[in-house]
Amino acid sequence: MAHDTHGHHESNLKRIWTVFGILSAITIVEVIFGIAKPEVLFMNSLFRLNLLNWLFIILTVVKAYYIMWAFMHLEGEKSSLRWSIVAPLVFLIIYLVFILLIEGNYIFDVFHESQYKWIF
Amino acid sequence: MAATVTSTATTGKTWDGGNEPMGASYGKMMMWFFIVSDALTFSGFLAAYGFSRFKFIGTWPIADEVFTHFPFMHGVEAPMYYVALMTFILIFSSVTMVLAVDAGHHLKKTKVAIYMVLTIIGGFIFLGSQAWEWKNFIGGEFGAVETKGGSILQFVEKNAEGEYKRVAVADFAAHLPTSRVDKTRSNGIWFEDAPALPEFTVEEVAEGLIAHPNVVIRTETIDLNTKKKVVLTRDASLEAIKGGTLYVKGANLEHNEYGHKLFADFFFFITGFHGFHVFSGVMINIIIFLNVIYGTYEKRKSYEMVEKVGLYWHFVDLVWVFVFTFFYLV
Repeated sequence: MAHDTHGHHESNLKRIWTVFGILSAITIVEVIFGIAKPEVLFMNSLFRLNLLNWLFIILTVVKAYYIMWAFMHLEGEKSSLRWSIVAPLVFLIIYLVFILLIEGNYIFDVFHESQYKWIF
Repeated sequence: MAATVTSTATTGKTWDGGNEPMGASYGKMMMWFFIVSDALTFSGFLAAYGFSRFKFIGTWPIADEVFTHFPFMHGVEAPMYYVALMTFILIFSSVTMVLAVDAGHHLKKTKVAIYMVLTIIGGFIFLGSQAWEWKNFIGGEFGAVETKGGSILQFVEKNAEGEYKRVAVADFAAHLPTSRVDKTRSNGIWFEDAPALPEFTVEEVAEGLIAHPNVVIRTETIDLNTKKKVVLTRDASLEAIKGGTLYVKGANLEHNEYGHKLFADFFFFITGFHGFHVFSGVMINIIIFLNVIYGTYEKRKSYEMVEKVGLYWHFVDLVWVFVFTFFYLV
């Protein structure tokens, strides 16, 4: 960003409070949905995860984006630094979660579909 | 590329320090290295939690039924509000941190100091809240019976609205005469060691269950159609209690009245590890705050240290956002 290259900084106060507002609003929405648990979302699933949980996970990623971009000031860094941080995290986390959840699901199926109970 | 030029003057410029690859200073870069590796550590923990949860997806505890306390509101079921409050505290202390960084850019010493103090206070409030949360989780409220197979039987009763609400074992359990006493090394001559006697024996709970016709058992199993825990009929309850081996109240690393034991293990480990990060964050914040007061950064004409510790502090907030989602919401 322009203000970083010149040694003096303009104030980011407005941006900070806007982001605070966004993060608070998302948290409030999450809590409302978590307590109300709307039937439509809670009872319908996509890839064996209900829509409400999808909503929570997406909102969490949005929150993470705002914290990293605004508070940790990644939006003001060079894109090379940004990518060296975000790309390995995104790749490795998705990879790990994908493998572990599929494996966990498989073991659940083994417990349920076959006669094994405690062999794992 | 500078590296291909062999003159000593250029290599000197490239490798002798003072260089800022990707436009980030050495310290900031190293903080990012640490944060990325720590983020992967936490994702490992949370992914392991997800693994265990998927493995026991049919019997995993429902978070709304576990965390229901709010300060000064006894007996009121308030799921989620308290953790939401904790989330706000941490987000707000992140805001004061970023305000301190912003004031640092303008070299306003007093402002930086004030915002740092607010951040530290926020950190302590969060730690206190977490301690309170742990206290409730460890202490438990209702008690349950663990079966031979390691699953948990909870006791419920229909309320006026026709919903099943948990009842405390202490409210219905019978008191049977027993000759067993709690021995310690101070009152038993040949006594070495034994587990402490539980508040109730399973026989007492079973007697109480027989005597109270309204009380039934809720199992760990989740009904896929209603996504609620299965409640047994009265006859099935009386049959199920025969499999009980131990009265459990609250949770620790071995027993857990709320449901699957792994849930408590992961809860203690992940929130504990996060709490430890918050604690170290507060300590580092205090050190940096003292440096601000002493004028170290004023002399340096740079408040970059505040920015670096700020990165760590925001990271702690970032982790909490994920812990909040995966332990309390999902």
